[in-house]
Amino acid sequence: MDFSTLIQILDSTMRLATPLLLACLAGLFSERSGIFDIGLEAKMLISAFFSAAVAYDTGSVWLGLLAGIAASMVFAAIHGVASITFRGNQLISGVALNFLASGMTVLIAQNWFQQGGRTPSLLGKARFEPLTLPFADALSDVPVLGPIYSELLSGHSILVYVALLAVPATYWVLYRTRFGLRLRAVGENPAAVDTAGVSVIGLRYAAVAIAGLLCGIAGAYLATGLQAGFVKDMTAGRGYIALAALIFAKWRPWYALSACLLFGLLQALALRTDVVEAIFPFRMPVQLLDSLPYILTVVILAGFVGKAIPPRAGGQPYVKER
Amino acid sequence: MMDVMPRWADVVLVPLISLILAFGISALVILGIGKDPVEAVKLMVTGAFGSTYGWGYTLFYATNFIFTGLAFAVASHASMFNIGSEGQATLGGLGVALVCLALPWPHWAIALPAAMIGGALFGAAWAFLPAWLQAKRGSHIVITTIMFNFIGAAVLNYMLVNVMRPEGSMDPASAKFPAGTNLPTLHDILAPFGIEFSSAAPANISFLIALLACFLVWLMLWRTRFGFELRAFGRSESAAVYAGISPAKIIIVAMLISGGLSGLMAINNVMGEAERLVLNSVEGAGFIGIAVALMGRNHPVGVALAAILFGFLYQGGAELALWMSIPRELIVVIQGLVILFTGALDNMVRMPIERVFLMMRRNAKAGE
Repeated sequence: MDFSTLIQILDSTMRLATPLLLACLAGLFSERSGIFDIGLEAKMLISAFFSAAVAYDTGSVWLGLLAGIAASMVFAAIHGVASITFRGNQLISGVALNFLASGMTVLIAQNWFQQGGRTPSLLGKARFEPLTLPFADALSDVPVLGPIYSELLSGHSILVYVALLAVPATYWVLYRTRFGLRLRAVGENPAAVDTAGVSVIGLRYAAVAIAGLLCGIAGAYLATGLQAGFVKDMTAGRGYIALAALIFAKWRPWYALSACLLFGLLQALALRTDVVEAIFPFRMPVQLLDSLPYILTVVILAGFVGKAIPPRAGGQPYVKER
Repeated sequence: MMDVMPRWADVVLVPLISLILAFGISALVILGIGKDPVEAVKLMVTGAFGSTYGWGYTLFYATNFIFTGLAFAVASHASMFNIGSEGQATLGGLGVALVCLALPWPHWAIALPAAMIGGALFGAAWAFLPAWLQAKRGSHIVITTIMFNFIGAAVLNYMLVNVMRPEGSMDPASAKFPAGTNLPTLHDILAPFGIEFSSAAPANISFLIALLACFLVWLMLWRTRFGFELRAFGRSESAAVYAGISPAKIIIVAMLISGGLSGLMAINNVMGEAERLVLNSVEGAGFIGIAVALMGRNHPVGVALAAILFGFLYQGGAELALWMSIPRELIVVIQGLVILFTGALDNMVRMPIERVFLMMRRNAKAGE
């Protein structure tokens, strides 16, 4: 494998890791506040559809992004009402939302565009175009570092950089602000937070809303950046891979970045069977490559390689004492 | 809190209102895409129940959902959330297919028990590792079973593409099963009694086995010592431990039974209908089992009734796609709404009803 192939693969790793990373950070906020979220997939999918549909109709990808975020936030709100206000089972709510998104997107898409449950292909301003970082062209001839800068780091759509910046932002919010401290506390011991006079319900709604925002960006990136339009079930299990990455990262932001890059790399490799054949001396089945994120997560969960301990109050509705 | 409502309200009234809410919103969705909900319901009912052909499909789908619904219910009673039915049923299909293709079976009556063992064994095996990890290492069963769904899909994909695909075939599917494994359909079973039943519908003897499974699960849960231990553990782990019940044993055995039931589904869809193993043969039935168990309040009788309801939705939904050009995905939406209202938003329905009953009781006391 030569250097340019390596750059190509890492470049596609960056793109494939972006939706995973955004969804993973969404899950991180939600789960750190004690709300399990297996509906990451649903929020990404509904956002992917609405962002593509609105971007197509208005010709503006930015309006599409807003529509996607709004749709994702609506789903987050349903999850919040079910699991915070009505203290329902958070897992069941997530399962329900996943079904709802999977069905609604096709139903609305068919009604809106009559193209068999997809949106028309997005062109021009209806898509996020790649950004060229400053001096990328000038530096491309510098050996080794040139291609890394101009091909690997430069030339992605703006949402890729948003996702990367979301990592330090998440770290800062969680570990350097009062809100973050309370958010982490509410996932570990909500009663203590309540005793301190801080609203458990308010904090949890805030966390779920942030998760909605991030999943909205992830979905919009899928439909308007990574691909050009919405197709049925286009999230293809990414919400679950993000969940796996979250556990792999043990619910911490910087680890989430490395976990998502690792899983993104696996996805990128699965697309390049020629490279896989060159790396491995034996015939590596592509199915094994596809399922590696899940296998690795089970191994981590098993606790043989460092233990993954979830937030203690995760999944339990908070009941104020009367 | 427990006796605020009479039992009938808990078992019938609450699910009924949830269901009405879910269907009401579904009707709005149909209106929203510019179709007539009344016409849609009529079409669904005649499509699913108007002919023995419709019944044959309704019961065929219901058979799948009984197995996966029971699977979820058994695990639920042990307070395990088995979201892995999908993967367990996928592996069950592999087990059934391997058994069916292993021998030139002379008669279905011999092939069926062997296939049942194969399906249940593979399904249970796929549930074993998540169960063991939960029992011994405390790994959250929801996450591990989700992961095993994906790994299971990859295993099936590998087996079909690389191992079981017949020479020269491009299709990722196994060879056709030998004729000796073909199960009798309801048409074959009912014909000797002089009952005409459509021969084109896929409902088969597996439906009767599913009903038998309902009875056996009821017997196990409410009439055996193990069932008592399982339910006690599900209610309160600490109390169960104090009573000398081993958590590891309950978790593992409950999940093995759950996985086995999921795997058994394959005698219906793989052996009974497709008569060969194809990719994604489970088609989401594992997840529908969650809805079925929620609707049926984790009781085998409720599961059977809810499974028929969902069988109706599936068959009726197919008719909608055919005659009213409403995409099949409408069923997925209805399914999502049913799970949302009967499961996640249960308290939203329950709290006002409890308040009404409390008020009625207070009034009755005041009147004395």
